[in-house]
Amino acid sequence: MHDVNRISVMEDIHGENGRIAAEVNHSLTHKSAFAVNVMGAPGIGKTTVLLNIIERLAVLAPEVKPLVIEGDIASDIDTQTFRSLGIAASQINTFGACHLDAPQIHNAVNNIDFSSVGGSILFIENVGNLVCPAEFSIGEHVKLLICSVTEGSDKPYKYPLAFEKAGLILLNKVDLAPHLDFDEEFFMKGVRALNKSAPVIKVSGKTGEGFSEVAEVLLDMKSVALSSHSHSHSHSHE
Amino acid sequence: MHEYPVTEQIIGIATKHGLDARASEVSVIHLVVGEQSGYIGESIQMYFDIISEGTLCEGARLDIKSVRPKLSCPSCGTLFERKPMSFACPKCGTDGAPTEIGKEFYIESIEVI
Repeated sequence: MHDVNRISVMEDIHGENGRIAAEVNHSLTHKSAFAVNVMGAPGIGKTTVLLNIIERLAVLAPEVKPLVIEGDIASDIDTQTFRSLGIAASQINTFGACHLDAPQIHNAVNNIDFSSVGGSILFIENVGNLVCPAEFSIGEHVKLLICSVTEGSDKPYKYPLAFEKAGLILLNKVDLAPHLDFDEEFFMKGVRALNKSAPVIKVSGKTGEGFSEVAEVLLDMKSVALSSHSHSHSHSHE
Repeated sequence: MHEYPVTEQIIGIATKHGLDARASEVSVIHLVVGEQSGYIGESIQMYFDIISEGTLCEGARLDIKSVRPKLSCPSCGTLFERKPMSFACPKCGTDGAPTEIGKEFYIESIEVI
């Protein structure tokens, strides 16, 4: 008869991902790179939204370099789109996996040139999915959730975690709203039950509506995230 | 399918603790899985049986404790499970706020021989 011993473990299974995410975040902050984890369902307009934001950033803050990491299951079609416009973009193919994780970003950022006088904003476009990306920190400073009037007003009730974790929420395709039955009040009630503070901005990738405000909000978030770093950094050397 | 990489993590953590205890075998792994963690116990078990082959955890039984998510009412403080398509508190009707209950995903303990 063998002795059976019970050993207390109490170890988070995501612990390793969380440790690497913290490392990535620290390293990006140090490089003055503000990282945005872009989440949303397939077809919601993630790439079009990013193209619009980057266009506004070029006007509002030309000194800030836009950078893109594209997470995609199998293709590099979006990366080619960014590159054709002169935007530095790198590709991660997950080969079937439903989300990006911190080790993938850890490897990807090693090959990115962050040199820029005004720092940079690194947009990390996650795999199109409203479930799994919300569960994994990848070292971002903020999670940007893109929704649209075409996917219906019930999404906060069906995919609560994505709304809970978002730091900024865009409601895309508002140019189509007159043709749809999107219940904005019901949508916002769900959003606010889950998330009291994230700004919600209406945008249209088709008309360009709303993107100046999005770019301004991201620039403000970048200043806050990176200045609190330089503040604590200077203190740590006192 | 995203249970595959997390099952590798589970086996890695359990093996490390088993080796630290100089065990010859990990016989049971007690997992706590919140229903909002995004992981499904049955899928973990399926991958576990394949990935654990040849490790200290081969043949181990997974004991999975499932935790239902709860919201917290900001008005009356009630902790409650939400109804589909609603966040309303069953006592006072105010929309509840998310809590960490239901997001658990950790190894509580292991049994070793």
